[in-house]
Amino acid sequence: MASTIRVRATANGDTTEVQALIQHPMDSGFVKDAKGDLIPPHFIQQVTFEVNGKAVFVADWGTAVSKDPYVKFSFKGGNKGDDLKISWVDNKGETDTTTAKIA
Amino acid sequence: MRTAIQIILTALALVTVASGAPAKAADSVDPAADAKAFQKYFTDKFPKLKLSDFVNGPYSLNEDMHRQWVEKEEFPPYQFSLDAGKEMFEKPFKNGKSYADCFADKGIGVRQNFPTFDEKEGKVITLELALNRCREANGEAPFSYVKDDMAALTAYMAFTSRGKPFDIKIPNDPRALAAFENGREYFYTRRGQLNFSCASCHVQNPGERIRAEILAPALGILNAMPIYRSEWGGMGTISRRFVTCNTQTRGVPLDPQSDEYRDLEYYLSYVSNGLPISGPGARP
Repeated sequence: MASTIRVRATANGDTTEVQALIQHPMDSGFVKDAKGDLIPPHFIQQVTFEVNGKAVFVADWGTAVSKDPYVKFSFKGGNKGDDLKISWVDNKGETDTTTAKIA
Repeated sequence: MRTAIQIILTALALVTVASGAPAKAADSVDPAADAKAFQKYFTDKFPKLKLSDFVNGPYSLNEDMHRQWVEKEEFPPYQFSLDAGKEMFEKPFKNGKSYADCFADKGIGVRQNFPTFDEKEGKVITLELALNRCREANGEAPFSYVKDDMAALTAYMAFTSRGKPFDIKIPNDPRALAAFENGREYFYTRRGQLNFSCASCHVQNPGERIRAEILAPALGILNAMPIYRSEWGGMGTISRRFVTCNTQTRGVPLDPQSDEYRDLEYYLSYVSNGLPISGPGARP
């Protein structure tokens, strides 16, 4: 199975811009399926972006975040070739991690 | 008195017949002229747009949306589906054959030739239909026509055809012309509780808002298929778009890939001949 995380990070002067797309249903627990049964909540609780082992962006997410969430942010520092590690963990304890190089 | 009325009625009937005949002749099918007039209508309505801009639908008509879209395309929401489609397309069936064996050029860069007219069968063959037939011929179960797997496969096939102009051919076969005309009739016929035709929104009112949405022009509307619609929270095929349009006008949708929808797709694709494929697309 391919990674659930797509990421692109580009260093531009002294800042680095990061864009990421995460594949996740982000079920809120309030929606019913075709049969009328509640779809149990299933959502990402925390996303972490680390550069060279140091967290540069940590987000606590909840049910209000949409399906297949998209994140874009920039931070100071970060050089071409640095490792950017992204990971998420959801309320069922599932998790995924990927590492990308800053371009 | 009664004979007088009868005479008048007969006279009226004769007039109707007489005037009906030339009107019908003037209405005979000339797809090439039809496509030309269709494209001219849109280029006249939106003089600032290039023909190829129409394939991006509402994003070409509204500056704010265009800016958002440019940014969105850097990381498009159809990406996951596209990746899945590529994987599915390349994975052989249980019998060892693959989708590539069912299409010309191994299925790469052929999207712009669909739908085609099958002269043996006398019917329109869409890409979605061809894909499911390919599956069935190789002993696989067909996919749903509206989303998920089918959307992923067509997304990949459209992607390999990006930039290639729609090249729909109407062979010299009365049944092909009839299919084209049938599709056109479907497009312009009002239906549903709201009494809308496809043209009411997509020919008369592109660029206008319908509630929060900006209506896309009919010209080039299929070039971007399949699409990720934020409203759907997922991908949808051409079949899904037709079904949803019918439902939204509070009509009863037809079955995906019914003869009418196939003819409609044939008509709509033909009149967009020359416009580049831009699928898979993203729409609000």
